[in-house]
Amino acid sequence: MSTLDSKIPEGPIKDKWTNHKNNIKLVNPANKRLIDVIVVGTGLAGGSAAASLAELGYNVKAFCYQDSPRRAHSIAAQGGINAAKNYQGDGDSTYRLFYDTVKGGDYRSREANVYRLAEVSANIIDQCVAQGVPFARDYGGLLDNRSFGGVQVSRTFYAKGQTGQQLLLGCYSAMSRQIGKGKIQMYNRHEMMDIVIVDGKARGIIARNLVTGEIERHSAHAVVVASGGYGNVFFLSTNAMGSNVSAGWKIHKKGAYFANPCFTQIHPTCIPQHGDQQSKLTLMSESLRNDGRIWVPAKKEDAEAVRAGKLKPTDIAEEDRDYYLERRYPSFGNLVPRDVASRAAKERCDAGFGVGTNETGEAVYLDFSSAIMRYGKEDANVHGHPDASEEEIRERGEKVVESKYGNLFQMYEKITADNPYKTPMKIYPAVHYTMGGVWVDYNLMTTIDGCYCIGEANFSDHGANRLGASALMQGLADGYFVLPYTIGDYLAEDIRTGEIPTDTPEFDEAEKSVKERIEFFLNNKGKHSVDYYHKRFGKVMWNKVGMARNEQGLKEAIKEIREIREEFWKEVTVPGSADGINQELEKAGRVADFLELGELFARDALERNESCGGHFREEYQTEEGEAVRDDKNYTFVTAWEYKGEPSEAVLHKEDLKYENIELKTRSYK
Amino acid sequence: MNLTLKVWRQNGNKEKGRMETYQVSDISPDSSFLEMMDILNEQLIEEGKEPVAFDHDCREGICGMCSMYINGEAHGPGDRITTCQLHMREFNDGDTIHIEPWRAKAFPVIKDLVVDRGAFDRIMAAGGFVSVNTSGNTQDANAIPIDKNDADKAFDAATCIGCGACVATCKNASAMLFVSAKVSQFALLPQGQVEARERAVNMVNKMDEEGFGNCTNTGACEVECPKGISLENIARMNREYLKGSIS
Repeated sequence: MSTLDSKIPEGPIKDKWTNHKNNIKLVNPANKRLIDVIVVGTGLAGGSAAASLAELGYNVKAFCYQDSPRRAHSIAAQGGINAAKNYQGDGDSTYRLFYDTVKGGDYRSREANVYRLAEVSANIIDQCVAQGVPFARDYGGLLDNRSFGGVQVSRTFYAKGQTGQQLLLGCYSAMSRQIGKGKIQMYNRHEMMDIVIVDGKARGIIARNLVTGEIERHSAHAVVVASGGYGNVFFLSTNAMGSNVSAGWKIHKKGAYFANPCFTQIHPTCIPQHGDQQSKLTLMSESLRNDGRIWVPAKKEDAEAVRAGKLKPTDIAEEDRDYYLERRYPSFGNLVPRDVASRAAKERCDAGFGVGTNETGEAVYLDFSSAIMRYGKEDANVHGHPDASEEEIRERGEKVVESKYGNLFQMYEKITADNPYKTPMKIYPAVHYTMGGVWVDYNLMTTIDGCYCIGEANFSDHGANRLGASALMQGLADGYFVLPYTIGDYLAEDIRTGEIPTDTPEFDEAEKSVKERIEFFLNNKGKHSVDYYHKRFGKVMWNKVGMARNEQGLKEAIKEIREIREEFWKEVTVPGSADGINQELEKAGRVADFLELGELFARDALERNESCGGHFREEYQTEEGEAVRDDKNYTFVTAWEYKGEPSEAVLHKEDLKYENIELKTRSYK
Repeated sequence: MNLTLKVWRQNGNKEKGRMETYQVSDISPDSSFLEMMDILNEQLIEEGKEPVAFDHDCREGICGMCSMYINGEAHGPGDRITTCQLHMREFNDGDTIHIEPWRAKAFPVIKDLVVDRGAFDRIMAAGGFVSVNTSGNTQDANAIPIDKNDADKAFDAATCIGCGACVATCKNASAMLFVSAKVSQFALLPQGQVEARERAVNMVNKMDEEGFGNCTNTGACEVECPKGISLENIARMNREYLKGSIS
């Protein structure tokens, strides 16, 4: 075990980033033209990095597996993006955003990175508005804000329920401009299959053209991995079907340490699973918790009657409802952070108060009726109808709610065939985001020289739990405002290097191993499809490494994952050929990597003998079921070094020092 | 539910395609259309046949990747949904369902139901942006107030997901709704107005070059658009284009 150097600059926290920028090396514009950078992934992090690097003058090669960079899964983010603008005059500041994020992450994130994130957050909003991103505005023409969980100010900027889409299309526009100029070479429908390391430095990738099946060599002076999170390790998650860990896992296998794999966010408000044919889960934005109240029946018999279809939620009297978040956490109420809200929902369902129709009754209500009446009353007053009938108030209220959350309500109705204006939504927690990821230093460089990792794919900013509307902020901060500076410091050494040749033994070898793996899958001719294994494996992950974990379950999970992995390699079948589109072959490679990550994930959860944020170990809780952290022994980042099998991975630690924030028990009561 | 599927199979743009017939059974009415396609593919793999290639990713109606022509309708029956938001409860037990790819000269078939929509990206690269570089010192986001009506209209236009249903459903395979949505978004905002005329001309010229057809105002695009992008945008683009052409 060694201690990692995170290269945090000296000085007071508020000056670190400014001083660092003033002292790192620059590359002059003429020399930038001689330098190539590969960016893998075109979500908010990858897209913003690719566009910004190309604007600076570097030659960028960008890769995505989708048919267009505009389709990366950042597009599905709904609720908003945080920024410490204090436009509402409600006491917000860079320090408060920093503090909320560190506390929200349950004191397992790196202070200096989080402060920098808060510092550049305001620039993001300015930049996006300049690009023509149509954020929501009030009648005075100024930007509007809403609140998100774990926070007592309104600092979230939004574009209805499609904030991620609008921000990503902003990035995509900026990329399109550079693609048109030829400064970005865009490789759509390409998947990174491996990284190529020459003399200890990242110098290129092997990619598969998903249309022709061709294996291609691409060289560069630096490689940026922005491939998103690994939530699909659970099979069912709110991630896109194609979201995968492979790019991150390939660099891990070539020397990049993987940090905190067990820190996973289970989002409290998702549409419950309908059955075994389900392929993915759908999120209902956290923004709904601004106005929706979460409850279950207070009486078990009512919950049973609801599950049996004999009782409607609207027939349950107010006093027979248990608004359990408001009851347990009076000061934050329905806006407690995600990990807290998810566990509270599980607790109620496990205790028999769930209202879902599946056998476990897994669902709780998210109810808008009081918000509809409140807004309706206000609207009636504004329009001079103080004596409006209840019916009129409800009608007006529904219109206001529609203007705020219309697309989310529509989405819910399409999936469930229930009208959420008339009956409460049913929701249940689901895997949504991964705080863990590739370990990076303050410059966002991994433990491989010249290999950077940004956005959800890295581990750096959210600790053990991410606050709502902070993922978009981090992706864009990394890509627009951090990496373009820090990468220059490294590339300044490469101005005389010249183009990296691809006809070298390192590229030969990487290409050979990629081709061998593809051949293996196509010739294996086993018994079961890739999904068969992914589903079985996902169930083990959810049941034993999901929302609540314990020592025995984790040990069992490790054993079961190993067994499934062995069986997968023996018995998986992949039809078709290597030439041309073969979606089964794509899945096989991704699931093979998930099966290795899954074991490391469980090992990491077993190693961390405490409960913090999204990592809840049943052995470490208070009598009321709150998480119990162990700051004395676990105030560190786990960073795993690859040594072959996941069981042989070596643990390194990065100690976390809190110089600006006092470690406290996280309370939202 | 038990269903008969007639699915377009085609191996690449050079080969001729054909409809093939398959049976699927025990489909839950709560399943999505694409979950039904997953089940068909699992079945084909078990039978040692090649699964049907189709595009999909987010499965929540926002990425714009899914693109099936179902029973003669882009994204199938139902208003304002993508294929992935279509659920089997919209069909009846025993139905026969026809599934085809988008058909347009500018969207060549790559395989089965997968088409190449690269033309959309190329139109975007011709002008679908505001020419502003990343910097930490653009002016404050609230420096220019924007009329809420304009901001809301710009947002409505910007919700286009680039799926191509408008092209697939148009008898002329015109891309006017797609292009006009982007032109409108920027034309309505002060940040985009500086380049508005040039943008319209460049994007329209690229659109024509890519082989999309002309607009004859049938309005089918607006009806089939999963995001309800309005025809008004086409009118606005025509005005911008005219201004751009004469100045």
